[in-house]
Amino acid sequence: MSLSSRHLLGLQGVSKEDIQLILDTATTFREVLERPIKRVPTLQGKTVVNLFYESSTRTRISFELAEKRLSADAINFAVSTSSVNKGESLKDTVRNIEAMKVDMVVIRHAAAGTPLMLTKLCDANIINAGDGIHEHPTQALLDMYSIREKLGRLDGLKVCIVGDIAHSRVALSNIFGLKTMGAKVSVCGPSTMIPKYIEELGVDVIYNIDEAIQENDVLNVLRIQLERKAREYFPSIREYAKYFGITSERLEKNKKDILILHPGPINRGVELSSDVADGPYQIILQQVTNGVAVRMAVLYLLGTLN
Amino acid sequence: MKLLLKNSTAINPTQNLNEKEFDIFIEDGIIKETGKNLQINSGDVKTIDLSGKTISPGFIDIHVHLREPGREDEETVETGCNAAANGGFTAVACMPNTEPAIDSAEVVEFIKKQASGHLVDVYPVAAASLGRKGEVLSPMAELKDAGAVAFSDDGVAIKSSSLLKRALEYSLMFDLPIIEHCEDESLAGGAMNESINSTLLGLPAIPNVAEDLIVMRDILLAEYTGGRVHIAHISSANAVNMVREAKKKGIKVTAEVTPHHFTLTDDAVKTYDTNTKMNPPLRTRKDVEAIIEGLKDGTIDAIASDHAPHSIEEKEMEFEYAPNGIVGLETSIGLAFTELLHKKLLSIEELILKYAINPRKILNLNAPLIQKGNIANLTILDTDVVWTVDKTKFLSKSRNTPFHKRLLTGKAIGVINNRKMFFDGRFTSI
Repeated sequence: MSLSSRHLLGLQGVSKEDIQLILDTATTFREVLERPIKRVPTLQGKTVVNLFYESSTRTRISFELAEKRLSADAINFAVSTSSVNKGESLKDTVRNIEAMKVDMVVIRHAAAGTPLMLTKLCDANIINAGDGIHEHPTQALLDMYSIREKLGRLDGLKVCIVGDIAHSRVALSNIFGLKTMGAKVSVCGPSTMIPKYIEELGVDVIYNIDEAIQENDVLNVLRIQLERKAREYFPSIREYAKYFGITSERLEKNKKDILILHPGPINRGVELSSDVADGPYQIILQQVTNGVAVRMAVLYLLGTLN
Repeated sequence: MKLLLKNSTAINPTQNLNEKEFDIFIEDGIIKETGKNLQINSGDVKTIDLSGKTISPGFIDIHVHLREPGREDEETVETGCNAAANGGFTAVACMPNTEPAIDSAEVVEFIKKQASGHLVDVYPVAAASLGRKGEVLSPMAELKDAGAVAFSDDGVAIKSSSLLKRALEYSLMFDLPIIEHCEDESLAGGAMNESINSTLLGLPAIPNVAEDLIVMRDILLAEYTGGRVHIAHISSANAVNMVREAKKKGIKVTAEVTPHHFTLTDDAVKTYDTNTKMNPPLRTRKDVEAIIEGLKDGTIDAIASDHAPHSIEEKEMEFEYAPNGIVGLETSIGLAFTELLHKKLLSIEELILKYAINPRKILNLNAPLIQKGNIANLTILDTDVVWTVDKTKFLSKSRNTPFHKRLLTGKAIGVINNRKMFFDGRFTSI
């Protein structure tokens, strides 16, 4: 089996079969990660560039590790060490990179649509590692993988995405992916952080976190990006934590059994209290491990397509 | 030089003129005779057979960015005028967001000088405030004397209600309009219209209420001051409705729409093509329908292109970083005929009103007449020719259009003005 597209730009429009294939392939690589020697020769001779226009530690390291575990040659191209600061356009940067004969480009960029733009500028396989507030497909894939690993299925599950939906690429990718896989998706957050027309995507909107906890099997809690504009959308961190923060008291009050995901890094005491972040319901560190396996699967499936 | 235009259909609704097989005889740029089967007993007459073609008073595009002075790499007065002629216009009004802004008589005179001798008349729109900064009124009287036909801080709305009030009051002395780019500053800054598409594309959005708020403010201040507001590039359904109601109340407000705002919706942004990025942004189907209704019932007076040339390197950027705007002079008429005339939404007479008559009224300019003794200021139209937009053939210096390779029906095939003719792709003196 192989994927029906040679790029992974987002999960909008990606078929159930393709997502299934990525998740199943990731299961195989997940086993590799438990071996004493965690490296397979699958992408030997392939060159992957991690083109990061936006600072990212965990996504970049996760991709880099995935590339190395597959024996690909991984090159990191980060903004601070590149010619971008010299005013080179994205087009020129990408053409230069392509001239170095790379096979795949993993791109993280603050502007939405940049991965699609790259597909028109070069022949490499493009993987979106997060574009603006658009999509972050590998994050959603690893979230789905982690849910499936824990609960055995996605179909029919009730999943609520909590936090700043309007400024989250993780939310949109999760909505597309989860709905395709048959989950029932809702979003919960302050009304200023819910996009105006989100219901057209077939998701329910909940403004009450207790209700979200009661009614769902899974909460995917997003990071409130305190460093971004997010802070303008609610009165104070205190108020956010009070009305949308997930605490163990809240979980116990409403329901015992729930699965909590968080893409990290966590703002402890804001979206998750420390005891929840370290507690029995969360699978935050499994997500990190699974992230490497899922990214290996994506790299492998795209890299061996041609 | 003598020129005989034979067998066209001549139309000018203001003269109650709509005649088939109509001949126009022009000598030294002046209409010397009109009528059927004109026999000119003179040797050296150049005769052009225009059977099946339509002649209208010359079209004017009252919303054009000529980029000179400041960005001559994108457009100059000359190349912009060439593009206008090629698009079927005998006149343009150029917006003041140049560098420096058109906020002094010197800049107005400079632009007039750059345009002198061209077939296309250039009417500068001067800044309403110094440097378009929204702080101090521009020297409106001097600007008017130098040749400015309206005032605008286009690119942005006049910053404060108090300055707009003063601008409206001051401009009352000249009966010139304030042209407003209606957008609330605090809601501005997005890359596309706020809709389900902006969520799907992950693009920062501009809600149409950003436009509506300023349209409402402007209408209220026009009512209060008795001044004249012209709403540039109207794009939202609510704004169209507000203008309609304001007109019913006798408030002095007029409105224009661009061809892209009645042709495209924000679905076009789905490819992240930066040539679909403009301000106001492409809206929804509901807005397009309201605009067409507004065109039909006269709420929207004029069609103007918001011709906004940009360099290739600026438009080849990430969508969020690319500048707003598209070139429009050379596709405007083709789009209007395709989308409005051939879809039977507007008649040819109505289109002539919106392209030649009403826009001049807005700027207090006399519309040309197809009549003996008048300067020949004419647009020659082929309403039925099917053609494909080819941006590489544009006479504009810039190529930023979303309409490349689009099939259109109808275009201008020539223009005549200032003793010059543009026909068959060439300028000639007549």
